[in-house]
Amino acid sequence: MRRFARHSLTRRLVEAVLTLFGVAVLVFAMLRAIPGDQITATLGTESAALSPDQLASLRDYYGLDKPLPVQFFSWLGDIFTGNLGYSQRAGESVLAMTESALPITIELAILATIVGLVIGVPLAMLSASRPNGARDGVSQVIGLLALSIPNFLIAATLLTLISKYAHYNPNAGEFQHLFANPGVNLQQMMFPALVLGFGLAAPIMRTARTSLLEVSTADFMRTARGKGVAPMRLRVRHLLHNALNPIITMTGIQFGYLLGGAIVVEQIFSVPGIGQQVLVGMQQKDYAVVQSTVLVIATLFVLVNLLTDFLYRVVDPRVRAS
Amino acid sequence: MKLRTALSSPVSRCLAVVAAAGLLASACSSGSNSNSSSGAGGGTLVVGYTADPNTLDPWRATQFQAAHMLEQVYGTLTQLDTNMNVQPGLAASWQYSDDNKTLTLHLRQGVKFQDGQAFSSADVKSSLDRLRDPATAAVAASYIASVQSVDAPDANTAVLHLSTPDAGLLAGLATVNLAMLSKDNTEQQVSQKPNGTGPFSYTTRAPNQSVSLKANPDYWGGKPKVAALQFRIIPDESSVVSAMQSGNVNFAVLNDPTVAKTAQGSGLTLNKTPDLAYHALQLNSRKAPLNNLNVRLAMQCAISRQQVIDTAALGEGTPIGPITSPAFKSDPNSQPCATQDVAKAKTLLSQAGFPNGLTINTIVSTGLYATSVNEAQNLQSQLKAVGITLKLQTLDSAAYVDAWKAGNFTAALALNGGSPDPDGMYGRYFTSTGNLNKVAGYSSPQLDQLFAQGKSTTDPAQRKQIYTQISNNLVDNAAWIWLFSSYDYTAMTKSVSGFTPMPNGSLINLWKTSLG
Repeated sequence: MRRFARHSLTRRLVEAVLTLFGVAVLVFAMLRAIPGDQITATLGTESAALSPDQLASLRDYYGLDKPLPVQFFSWLGDIFTGNLGYSQRAGESVLAMTESALPITIELAILATIVGLVIGVPLAMLSASRPNGARDGVSQVIGLLALSIPNFLIAATLLTLISKYAHYNPNAGEFQHLFANPGVNLQQMMFPALVLGFGLAAPIMRTARTSLLEVSTADFMRTARGKGVAPMRLRVRHLLHNALNPIITMTGIQFGYLLGGAIVVEQIFSVPGIGQQVLVGMQQKDYAVVQSTVLVIATLFVLVNLLTDFLYRVVDPRVRAS
Repeated sequence: MKLRTALSSPVSRCLAVVAAAGLLASACSSGSNSNSSSGAGGGTLVVGYTADPNTLDPWRATQFQAAHMLEQVYGTLTQLDTNMNVQPGLAASWQYSDDNKTLTLHLRQGVKFQDGQAFSSADVKSSLDRLRDPATAAVAASYIASVQSVDAPDANTAVLHLSTPDAGLLAGLATVNLAMLSKDNTEQQVSQKPNGTGPFSYTTRAPNQSVSLKANPDYWGGKPKVAALQFRIIPDESSVVSAMQSGNVNFAVLNDPTVAKTAQGSGLTLNKTPDLAYHALQLNSRKAPLNNLNVRLAMQCAISRQQVIDTAALGEGTPIGPITSPAFKSDPNSQPCATQDVAKAKTLLSQAGFPNGLTINTIVSTGLYATSVNEAQNLQSQLKAVGITLKLQTLDSAAYVDAWKAGNFTAALALNGGSPDPDGMYGRYFTSTGNLNKVAGYSSPQLDQLFAQGKSTTDPAQRKQIYTQISNNLVDNAAWIWLFSSYDYTAMTKSVSGFTPMPNGSLINLWKTSLG
């Protein structure tokens, strides 16, 4: 059994590496397939006025003159030495940019997930405690709203209201990192985390509700109730504990998406996270930035998925045993 | 005991893991924050920018944000006043030789670069020589194409030898794309750390977050009124307005008329300046059916410019003819069909051999400017009334630029930048050897001759006459259809005073702006 576990782990790792290679090829090819390059992105319509000599000089400057396979493998080779490339636009290495942007996105993803769980799980418990009752109806409506109102609308409305009427807009100030200035940082993260978390609460709530309803009719629940287990303990230790697996899966997947950067919300609240880094990179056709950042995001996504699998084992002994 | 039960619950265990991961992640980020203490207020004027400057190299900065940030740091040989007239800059005075082929510049004395080096004619020669070298890929190299060689007879004099007289040269030298760099700096160096002679010097930059400058006390024009300038990146234009309402940002340039109106309604000061840039429907007269003059004229007659302004730009704009440079401005009413004439358009169309109408493919950009798609839809409905079907091909900015620069379109809806001098504005489009003639899709021997005359004449009254002829020639042939010019909006909080906007969108007067 142990050998099997190790075998499955190796297989998962090989799969992960192949997935990442596929992502690398795809992002490299797609970037070059879409119209425009860094020259047209930087100079706009002025690039039409370049003489052939000037154009050749710029192609050399941006490294666009080398054949595509050379560009691909020198990029990939550099990645293995920890060099994610250099952004001519930002005047900084992609590694340094990512080191600044990634923790911001991770923090935002964690905070949003906490908000999502804090709203979603209690709502689900409330709703599952009386299926089809009034509580259930109210919770379901909240869930439906969270699912159907686009987050950019909530974000823009929220921002306008607080700045116009409360003259409070922490996101307009210079961005502060968590450890440099926790007070300001948490204020700056609050609204984006609330908006994202609200959207996240809906799928969590729906998954949790289904799972809770399923578990609540199980035999051991009847036994526990019959044994006289206290209602609160029954709900948390017996019911929620056994219903956790699907909730973790759903949260894990959503968390993975959040790591890709909540581009629109980051944009509206000017959060300099990884989503903005990719977006600006894309607009400016900053190939090094987009390629390497997407690869970093993909790596994280794969890691979070592996971690989610691992969490099942921690939470549910049945998975460990099988 | 209590603690143990709390931690033994799976939920709290998960939360603990998540929280620990969060702390770890943010720990990596501390320390990369450079100037956290310099908040808004005090002596820092915070300018809201919707995009991060995409280069620090002044010679390649065509993006609005990059060019107007670098204007604060660099100096140019000449400058423009608010009417786009040429004024002294780093060159305090100048004189032309009798044949107008030698321009002697007398440089301002005592000027220093921000690194402490003195500015001299050697820097002028070095800059102009490098700018003219194709390997530099300077975007304004064509502005100084007439310069054959540069001499520096003494430290305060630079002599430019020209191949032909060039009346537009002095106005051209005012662009930040021809900024003076120190002879000791390579371009690679200044694109890491700018070093100029302007009113502010570069301090730090956090990509996608902000660029910070501080006042240069040695600026030759005087000491700036604020101690520092910060360009803060807030990608969404409405969020910029929110940031101004909350008082975190003091100053911003807005482009979207809808957003500008909300800014005005919320207690901010809004300046509205007519822009040199112009909205036009570019026609490719080298492609059928637009190679037929009557088709082009029919389109000109079918379009009401005012209606485009009213429906697409909320009435924010003025109808224009080709030239928007203040001293040479075209009369918008001097074109055939100055007001919409549907009957005439239909007659012209039958004369052209299309009594049953025709279809014209038109490229439209999304993302380059706010009103593009609305303009296109209005033009489509106006032209439909005379039987012309405008088939719109809406492209994202990169695809649009690709198609535009290849001249790969029948018609193109465009917002093109204007210039203080009409030669700089249209010489490159409508002369047969112009570097944008492929994009313009039109040229003629008469126009070539007129542009050559305009360039070699120095008398302002005579030049005005020549460019009026050029303007009339363009509209009589409906080379393109010129629609309107819109406004540049600068929004300021009540504490900001002393800023003078410029028709070319320049923020060069920020150093005279004060806070509080």
